[in-house]
Amino acid sequence: MNLVAKATILDAAETARVLRRMAGEIVEAQRGVEGLIIVGIRSRGVPMAEAICTEIERLEGKRPPMGTLDITLYRDDLSLIAPKPVVRESHLPEDIEGKVLVLCDDVLYTGRTARAALDALVDFGRPRAIRLAVLVDRGWRELPIHADFVGRKVPTRANEVIKVSFEAIDGETSVQILERQAEG
Amino acid sequence: MTEPAWTRKDLLGIGELSVAEIELILNTAESFAEVAERPVKKVPTLRGKTVVNLFFEPSTRTRVSFEIAAQRLSADVVNFTSAGSSQVKGETLADTAKNIASMAPDFVVVRHAHAGVPAMLARQLECGVVNAGDGAHEHPTQALLDATTIRLHKGRIAGLTVAMVGDIMHSRVVRSNILLLTRLGARVRVAGPRTMVPRGIETLGVEVHHELEPALAGADVVMMLRLQLERQSRTLLPSLSEYSRLFGLDAERMRLAKPDAIVLHPGPMNRGVEITSEVADGSQSVILEQVGQGVAVRMAALYLLAGTREARS
Repeated sequence: MNLVAKATILDAAETARVLRRMAGEIVEAQRGVEGLIIVGIRSRGVPMAEAICTEIERLEGKRPPMGTLDITLYRDDLSLIAPKPVVRESHLPEDIEGKVLVLCDDVLYTGRTARAALDALVDFGRPRAIRLAVLVDRGWRELPIHADFVGRKVPTRANEVIKVSFEAIDGETSVQILERQAEG
Repeated sequence: MTEPAWTRKDLLGIGELSVAEIELILNTAESFAEVAERPVKKVPTLRGKTVVNLFFEPSTRTRVSFEIAAQRLSADVVNFTSAGSSQVKGETLADTAKNIASMAPDFVVVRHAHAGVPAMLARQLECGVVNAGDGAHEHPTQALLDATTIRLHKGRIAGLTVAMVGDIMHSRVVRSNILLLTRLGARVRVAGPRTMVPRGIETLGVEVHHELEPALAGADVVMMLRLQLERQSRTLLPSLSEYSRLFGLDAERMRLAKPDAIVLHPGPMNRGVEITSEVADGSQSVILEQVGQGVAVRMAALYLLAGTREARS
């Protein structure tokens, strides 16, 4: 299976602008930083959450606490272990009881990652509310899950892949659309 | 960064593992240690899976450790222990294996007094098999939990000097540890009375000592072994007090090792024989941490094997 780049949806500057807008929407909806925790889903939800925290700090003068969540152990499909076996630690900066959590993930697709993340968070306590922020919503949901804060809605075909890159992990920041092509 | 995938159905020994596979288990275990610190110490990963603990030799500690590990992953656990098992009634191992297979478990954790029993079961059973100690052969999860404990304190394995002291001959813990530690680049020394050190062990790449002091000198890690008083140990020694005088670890001897050296013991300890209470309960002892690491390592092993199992079906 080959992946061929079709188009760049967002470059680094545009990604930064989108995240800035989302940070504004988050503090507007929550009326500030009080009681807010930003949680990045590993891997690429983490640099996204960091960027959102930085933007919120710029807007409000106060940085919200940030956590990271690895949802590997909550997946509903064990066949995903073999190709990608590494489990990383989850860390929440403080007690989540009564707080508003904003889950950050790069791409919202089937909704299964978000479902797993909800299960994982419940094991850490009982937050007042959990919101979902995604950089790209590409459609194709398999579960009744929606995002509260969306960077870009990108209608996709089944053979397309959304590739989000962040400088901290990939060396550069961009959102690309790739196409899966059968070999030969 | 491409992580090595895990493709094994069974975990039978360190001897068969590559460096990448060992590191994958250690890294996975490190993440699983975090689960123990949560308010809800359970993840749903192995929901609906069954783990059979098949212990033909008594061992409360290892069995309980596997049991907790399986339960923290939401698997169901069934315990077979030797006292109540049908082997006492004359059943052959092959028949026992067939009976277990009919119950369709997902994993069997085996401890047996004879080397090779887990490997034999692994060939006969379609489910994953974990070796929890077979004769004097291997005890892979013990070596892995020792390694995570060492990494937790030293940040690495490569380049460390590790001294293992006691009955080197009959210890599966030693065998698995030598294989693991030398593979990851540690310098390993073994020390024990001549009756307890097998000839030719230096071919495994270890330094051999028949006195305790030179083995301890400058060591980063001191691993004391349990004298197996219920088994062969008594006949190999003139007296326990002599053994203790020559090979027992006390606070004074511990000063020969590096000031920040750590002390490990696989348990259960014979206090006052191989180790004094002062050392066992002292600030350099990480013996209780090993127990906690044991659960994390066994969770990691079951988790990785579950991935293989799912990929096959």
